[in-house]
Amino acid sequence: MSKTVLIADDEPNIVISLEFLLEQAGYRVLVAHDGQEALEAIARQPPDLVLLDVMLPRLSGFDVCQKIRENPDWQHMRIVMLTAKGREVEISKGLALGANAYITKPFSTQELLAQIGAQLAVE
Amino acid sequence: MPLGGLILLTSCAYLGILFAIAYWGDKRADAGRSIIANPYIYALSLAVYATSWTFYGSVGRAAASGVGFLPIYLGPTLMAALFWLVLRKMIRISKANRITSIADFIAARYGKSALLGGLVTLIAVVGVIPYIALQLKAVSSSFLILWQYPTIQMPNQGEALGPLQDTALYVALLLAIFTILFGTRHLDATERHEGMVAAIAFESLVKLLAFLAVGLYVTFGLYHGFADLFEQAARLPDVDQLLTLGGPAGTYGSWGSLIFLSMLSILFLPRQFQISVVENVNENHLAKAIWLFPLYLLAINIFVLPITFAGLMHFPAGTVDADTFVLTLPMALRQEWLALLVFIGGLSAATGMVIVETIALSTMICNDLAMPLLLRWKALGLAQRTDLSGLLLGIRRGAILLLMLLGYVYYRAAGEAYALVSIGLVSFAAVAQFAPAMLGGMYWKQGTRAGALSGLSLGFLLWLYTLLLPAFAKSGWLPLSFIEQGPLAIAWLKPLALFGLAGLDEIGHSLFWSLLANLGAYVGVSLFGRQSSREHAQALLFVDAFKVAGRGSSLWRGSASVTEVIALVGRFLGPARAGEAFAGYAAQRGLASSAELVPDADLVHFAEQQLAGAIGAASARVMLASVVQEEPLGMDEVLGILDEASQVIAYSRRLEQQSHELETATGELRAANARLQELDRLKDDFISTVTHELRTPLTSIRAFSEILNDNPELDPAQRARFVAIIVKESERLTRMINQVLDLAKLESGRAEWHTTALDLKEVIEDAQATTSQLLQEQGVELRLELPAQIPPVLADRDRLLQVLLNLISNAVKFCDREAGRIGIAVQVLPEALRVDVRDNGAGIDPADQQTIFEKFRQAGDNLTEKPQGTGLGLPISRQIIEHFGGRLWVQSARGQGATFSFTLPLGQANAAATDAGRETEYGV
Repeated sequence: MSKTVLIADDEPNIVISLEFLLEQAGYRVLVAHDGQEALEAIARQPPDLVLLDVMLPRLSGFDVCQKIRENPDWQHMRIVMLTAKGREVEISKGLALGANAYITKPFSTQELLAQIGAQLAVE
Repeated sequence: MPLGGLILLTSCAYLGILFAIAYWGDKRADAGRSIIANPYIYALSLAVYATSWTFYGSVGRAAASGVGFLPIYLGPTLMAALFWLVLRKMIRISKANRITSIADFIAARYGKSALLGGLVTLIAVVGVIPYIALQLKAVSSSFLILWQYPTIQMPNQGEALGPLQDTALYVALLLAIFTILFGTRHLDATERHEGMVAAIAFESLVKLLAFLAVGLYVTFGLYHGFADLFEQAARLPDVDQLLTLGGPAGTYGSWGSLIFLSMLSILFLPRQFQISVVENVNENHLAKAIWLFPLYLLAINIFVLPITFAGLMHFPAGTVDADTFVLTLPMALRQEWLALLVFIGGLSAATGMVIVETIALSTMICNDLAMPLLLRWKALGLAQRTDLSGLLLGIRRGAILLLMLLGYVYYRAAGEAYALVSIGLVSFAAVAQFAPAMLGGMYWKQGTRAGALSGLSLGFLLWLYTLLLPAFAKSGWLPLSFIEQGPLAIAWLKPLALFGLAGLDEIGHSLFWSLLANLGAYVGVSLFGRQSSREHAQALLFVDAFKVAGRGSSLWRGSASVTEVIALVGRFLGPARAGEAFAGYAAQRGLASSAELVPDADLVHFAEQQLAGAIGAASARVMLASVVQEEPLGMDEVLGILDEASQVIAYSRRLEQQSHELETATGELRAANARLQELDRLKDDFISTVTHELRTPLTSIRAFSEILNDNPELDPAQRARFVAIIVKESERLTRMINQVLDLAKLESGRAEWHTTALDLKEVIEDAQATTSQLLQEQGVELRLELPAQIPPVLADRDRLLQVLLNLISNAVKFCDREAGRIGIAVQVLPEALRVDVRDNGAGIDPADQQTIFEKFRQAGDNLTEKPQGTGLGLPISRQIIEHFGGRLWVQSARGQGATFSFTLPLGQANAAATDAGRETEYGV
């Protein structure tokens, strides 16, 4: 059974590219365009991995990450943060909030897929 | 055996010895080996206090009032205990200021006032003349009595002698000549007379020995010691009363006033001032004098009562004047040598007093009375005379002669009215008037010249009225009714019971009123008056004598030539002495000769000191002012000093202000620095934001590029879609970079502006044309509401178009999806044009209405659907409108669309056209 990945990003074109890449790699893909939507999608159908942009409308990626980790049922959910702000602080903050990995935009498609694969393989 | 010529011979021999001592003393002093520089000589010379008044008068007073003779000696004894405090300060002040007399002292203290010096001199002369008369009387009567030896006959009883037969006249003349030879052989800046002091010390020794000899002879020769004598004396009638207070010996009150009076006299009698202050060699001599001088007084008084009682027992009551007991007892007992010794002792007591007193007074008369007057008397041309030292000596010699003759006149006229002691007390009371001005001057800085003048004048007048005039009345010069009923029979003006004050003896009464008025006026006038700057400077010098070392003419300002100053001093001291003095002064400063001296304040001060010694402080100042172009220390000077002071104050204020400004500047710098740091942080944020914004399109571009690259077999439709995204995102990236650069240019003020007068209508229509394609695509309707006439505005055409395009594209983005409508309206306001761009979209939250003008902030941030755009359009538009001098703002309510409005100012179109032209020039 293929793994499910939730893409949470507000940039439509980025979402399109991620969707294409992940589907091509054989994952089941869900899409959310803001933080709130992402949480709702997770509640509806918890994915194996969330590809989470930091700068999300309504609810930021950090908030979403925190909410996920607050829920005992979602402790094993992999979270890969995705951001255009590549500063050290942001990376540390994300990891501290419970993210498993951090990828900066613009990303290399190969690396992105490798990272996701690695995260899901850990389980 | 009549003594006759022997008396004359002995007297002349004695005076010869005195002169020899004086001559020797002066020689030794010139050779620099002073014989008077030891405390014993100093203490002995202080005993000039004991005059013939003591020598003969004590016994006379003891016969009348028993122990009542004592207060006159108790006072000085008490004061001696205070010498270290008071006299030492007087010496210190006088040395520092070259004070030559008590008149000089007071004048110098109160701003070198010539008027004050003159007044003090006048009081001293008037007050002391009776005292000199007293000495003449003593010498002449003792001479006449001894002349009759072996008969004992009181002189002048009922027989009137013509002046030429009067011994007193010859005594006066003889003493005058002697004093002139003694005291005025040459001028000295220090006004010190070492030879004279030596002679005076010798005289003190002689009179003490003579008196002790009589005392010893009477006590141990005539009787068997004190016990025997007093035992026998106890049988005399009324002797108890003589030995207890309350009766003839005086009340406690009169003792008090006499003690007080004599305490002041030992300090302020001109001769005491001369000997104890002016002639003092070393102030440490005071330490010994403090006990030696009272010891001397004790020694010379110890035999007073024995001699008195012996006299009273020996002579039948009333036959012999008790004032002469000292002389007549040895005579009666046929001890001619002892009698001769007593006569010499009396002579020494009298001559000592007369010599010192007249020298002191002549200095005062010359320096404080004659010179100031003569110098002011322009007709004499004294200021131009080259050598005045001869004139000065002449004045002093004349003064001595005059004083002696005045004494003689007083003696002839009033001398018979009083016993010796009473005359002396009149003088004491006169000099006691100096006390407030002197003591106040030494210890109270606020004392003023006016205060001293009024105090001295009042005190002196009251002294005249309550002591001297009654003395005249008793001598028959004034009717006795003046004393008994008061002038014009006004009882409360009775001179011996002024304002009804009765019950005091006349000395106590006079002292009370005169000193009360004197002190009251001195303190009162001083408190209500102001000191001149010079008075103030002098007051500090005097009162702080122990604190300030040296001179105080720091306020001196002026110009002088050294040669002129030396020549001036030479005129008074003689050129040779002046030359020596200045050479010494130059040597002290390490200069080779006086030619190298610089005319500064110190030099002028030194010259003034030299002159002060010769002509007094007040005159010296006047003289120096004639060669030194000194600004008179009047109002100008004071104002000058004030001005200087205010300049200093202004300067310090300026400093204060500068430091304040510095603080402000520092504060500003700190604020600027904080602002810079803030800007730096903002810049970091901006860059971080820009980076983020740029990364977003870049992410898409890279992702799709890689996808296309990795999937060559992608179907054409999808491929075309991905390529389109890449193109679109590239365009977005380009636009964003352009806008960032544009904004940076606008913000830094480096943007180019081509400002011209524009027709707004044209620009709006241009914008409409540019966006027609976009409007059509989105199905949005744009309506223009333009007035017929729009006045031209000053603006850069392209920039204004940029703003309009931005607002229109925003409106397109946010207007209603289905029936999008945009309206552009222009209003002509009195001072500006207003443009409204209205849409019919969802509107903007009030919370967002400010933030949308911030960089990279978009109203859609919280919306589910992210709006397209860079987030830089509105900030750029606002920058542009503000550059034109207008405003850009938004009005909106949720659900009712939004209206973006801006204004462009009118009215300056023409004025600013030139400005615009210049801007264009530079801009291109």
